[in-house]
Parts: sequence; C-alpha cells; structure tokens
Amino acid sequence: DIDDVGHKYYLELELEDVLDKDRTVNCTAEVLYHLGSKSTAPDVQVTVQGELRSTEEADKEFYNRIRSLEKELVAENIPDSHGNVPPELEPIHLLAWAASGYVIWQNSTENTKFHLAQVKHVKQVKRSDEDLQFDYVLLLHEMVSQEVIPWELTVLWHPQRGARVPRD
Amino acid sequence: DQVLHIVPETFQQVQHLQLLCSTLMLDLWKPLLPEDIRAGEDLHISVPAPLVQEVKDSLDQHMVSYRVLIPDVQKLVDQSMPRERSSHRRVPGGYVYTEYHPMEEIYQWMTQIQKNNSELVTQHFLGKTFENRTIYYLQISQPSNKPKKIIWMDCGIHAREWISPAFCQWFVKEILQNYKSDPKISRFLQNLDLYVLPVLNIDGYIYSWEEDRLWRKNRFPYENGSCYGTDLNRNFNSSWGSVGVSFNCSSDVFCGSGPESEPETRAVAQFIKSKKSDILCYLTIHSYGQLILTPYGSTTKPPSNYEELMQVAKEAAAALTGKYGTSYRVGSTALILYSNSGSSRDWVHTIGIPLSYTFELRDTGTYGFILPADQIQPTCEETM
Repeated sequence: DIDDVGHKYYLELELEDVLDKDRTVNCTAEVLYHLGSKSTAPDVQVTVQGELRSTEEADKEFYNRIRSLEKELVAENIPDSHGNVPPELEPIHLLAWAASGYVIWQNSTENTKFHLAQVKHVKQVKRSDEDLQFDYVLLLHEMVSQEVIPWELTVLWHPQRGARVPRD
Repeated sequence: DQVLHIVPETFQQVQHLQLLCSTLMLDLWKPLLPEDIRAGEDLHISVPAPLVQEVKDSLDQHMVSYRVLIPDVQKLVDQSMPRERSSHRRVPGGYVYTEYHPMEEIYQWMTQIQKNNSELVTQHFLGKTFENRTIYYLQISQPSNKPKKIIWMDCGIHAREWISPAFCQWFVKEILQNYKSDPKISRFLQNLDLYVLPVLNIDGYIYSWEEDRLWRKNRFPYENGSCYGTDLNRNFNSSWGSVGVSFNCSSDVFCGSGPESEPETRAVAQFIKSKKSDILCYLTIHSYGQLILTPYGSTTKPPSNYEELMQVAKEAAAALTGKYGTSYRVGSTALILYSNSGSSRDWVHTIGIPLSYTFELRDTGTYGFILPADQIQPTCEETM
C-alpha cells in the first residue's frame, strides 16, 4: 500500500516459451495500480533475467510469406470452435496474443482478470512502408464479470522493430 | 489434387480450356461453368491428382501459362477443418471421446450407453429446458440389496465450457469400461451410486454450437425477447442476488428474475432436494481455471466442515497433478476466485450435502473456453 498513490505489487515470474515448453526465463516485475483512477493503466516495470530465444529465422520467413501474398490475408475465428488453428495462421494467432497483452495492460485494474478468448476477425492491410499491418477484432474474456468483450485494434509488425499498437 | 490459376489470353485458349474441362470433367472453382470462361479473366480449376500431369502437358502444348494456386487441396482441407465427427457409428467404442460432440450426438450417446450397459445404467428424465428440450441424467448403479449413497455430477451449466460435457461423457465411459477390472471402481460401485448429468444447459450448449461459441447462459428471454439468458450458476437459492451478479439481463452474470427462476435450475434443485439425505457428494464441472472450489462464493466465512472439504480437495488436486503435472489450486471461491452468489455448489451445501465442489478444468487462459480437442484426453484422464 502506498498512501495516496495506490497499490504496488512486486512479482517474481517465470516465463515459458510457448513454442518451446522446456525453455523458461525468470523475470521480476513491479506493478503499480493507481488509486481510484480507472482510466490510467497500471505502471509496469519488467526486468528479464536471461535471454529470450532468437526468432530471426521464423520472423523473416513469416514476413516474406505475408509480403508475397497476392491478396491481403483475411481470417476469422482463430482458434475455431474446436480449438484448432491452421499452421499458417499460427503466427497471426501469436501476434494477436501479444497485442492482446497490450490491450489487457491498458485496461486492467486490481479487479479484472482478462484473457484472449478468440480472434474473431483479422484483416491484413497492405502498406507502402516496410511494416505489416493487421486489423484485428479480438474477443477478450473478463473473468469477474464473465463478459466477452470485442476489441478492435490495429497492429503493426516488422521483423526488426517488433510489434506496435498505434491506435486502439 | 491441385488448383491451377490460368488467365487465358486468346479465344482459342478459351476454347481449348472449355474442351479440356468438359472432356476430363474438371472441377471449376472460378467461374462455375465452362461457358463463363473468358479471355483475360481468372480461371481456377481443381485437377484430381492422377490428371495433374496430363492437364499441365496439355496446357504447355497449347502455350497456356498457368500457376499452381493450391499445391495440395487435401492438406489445406485437413488443416483448416476439424476432423470429421463419427456421428454415424453406433458400435460401442465407436464413439469418439476425444472430440467435442453436438447435443444431437450426446442424446444418441446416452441412449446407446444405456442400451449397451443396461445392467448398470439407466437414463432418467430430470426436466425440460426453456426451449422444451429434455434434460436427462444417467444413473450408474450396481444392483444390490443395500441402499446406497449417491454421488452427483453435473456438466455443462455454462454453454461455452465444452470440455465439461466432454468430461462427463469420458467419465461414464471410463467407469463402464473398467468397473469389472478395476478394483477401486468396483468397490466404489458396491457402495455408491453415480448420477451423471452430461449437459444441464442444453439450450445454451446448442446455441454455442450454432450461433455464438462464447455464449454462457441459458436462452430464457427477458424484456419481451430483447435480451436472453440467465447465468444458471447465479440462479440457485444461496444468498441469491447478493454479490457477484447483475440484475441486468444483458450481463453474463445475470442472476434471473428470482432464485430458481429458470426451468433448468428448478429441474436440478427439485431432484437434489428430493434425494438430499442420500447424496454424499455434489460435483459440478466447469472451465476454465484449473481450480477445485469449495463453498462459499458469497462470503469468506468458512463452512462448518471446512477442514474436511479442504482435505479431500487437496488430495484430489494432488492426484490430478500426479498424472500430467497440471497444477490445480484449491480453496473457496470467495477467497481464490471472486465473490458470487446463487451458485449450485453453495446451495447444495446449504441444504445439508456435506461435500460440494466446483471443478474448473483446463486451462488457465491460453485457450480458455476454446480448449483444443487434443486436450480432451489428458484433461479427462488427469481429472479421473
């Protein structure tokens, strides 16, 4: 408890690589939830102890594959009702996951617990610069209210620059 | 099979292509009819594997340039579609327990299970849903001259939690396949009757298959049909309407117009009330979260047999983890999840049934409600 400011949490976390389950990395984080303010995202500081695996190969392959598509990529319901994700859409799914992390962070309070439930819709938008752009409709599940909230957001991605959410 | 993309350049090419398509009876994806093939317009033809080379040779001969649009149609189909459900196999052991099944198939399964195990299983009417569908439970009971206590398990209170009905079906299968050979199960059945309700919220479950995969509630209309559904697990008569609910119909935790306002709730409540002195343990299966929850949700004040409840739950969680390492947390809803009132588990405990638990099965948010079918088996095995 920090008087007049909010509640601060000190966390020790173990990160597990989704694509390589035996690979874990420890990290520490400090999260400050601001008192009373529902519209400010919590402050988060993270320190990663160790290295995250290089994904250069896979990034390049994905980037080139999407850039060479004749028609813009469009997809719905990832995963489908039975939990399946076609292999070629797996990176789109992972990108949505990362982007949902941003949205969840921006909208979290001490009384919310969000998870990405499903990618309802995704549409690639071709750009004249080097970024890939995907316009997503994500379905976020909030545990306490049990609501499923649709969320539109645009994600930009580049193999070296990584993922960014310009507006949401 | 391959799909070729061709843009015919001349009228002769168009004619040749039309001839090729009709002679070899090729499957036109675009346009749909050979007579609609035009110079300068996209043509997509699907060519069966044995004819691929012949078609390509013919195109080369006539100087028609083409591109392979889809190199392997079957592969793409397999990747993007769920595996076919074996809805027509009636042989016991032909039912695929590692897939999710729509309600029609679950009804058929119940009939089959009773038919094939009639010495042990009887199917019973519990009640009707709002949309007038029949709710059945299965009674697994070894004939005996002594009265037996009951363990009740229901699944599918919340429509989108598909792993829950999948587990109920798996559970029944496991018991029936192993009761003769497994001493633990056989001893169980000597002393206890098992009552299993595979899907309580049938209307909601069907709705999640047909309309909205993430639907949770039942399908009772409110506000003249402008709003649907009560959260059945907020509708029971345990501190109803006090906490963790909404009185707004559009909320996913709408508790209904009063305790037991919903036909599905009443169906369960009436039955449990009628058998309450014989019911030893009540289990209600949900997802997700990997939790074993004890009463209460509406207050942090522990129930009278808290120690016993926790001990049994902890042993269950340990056994579960022992199988595949999946970790489950144990505790009262109010303490480890959130506050809520009107849950079936709490109500059952308040009327005197000592052991009452909510199981929240896999996972912890990675896939959430849309748990891939390939996790049905490990989830069910560890939960057994």
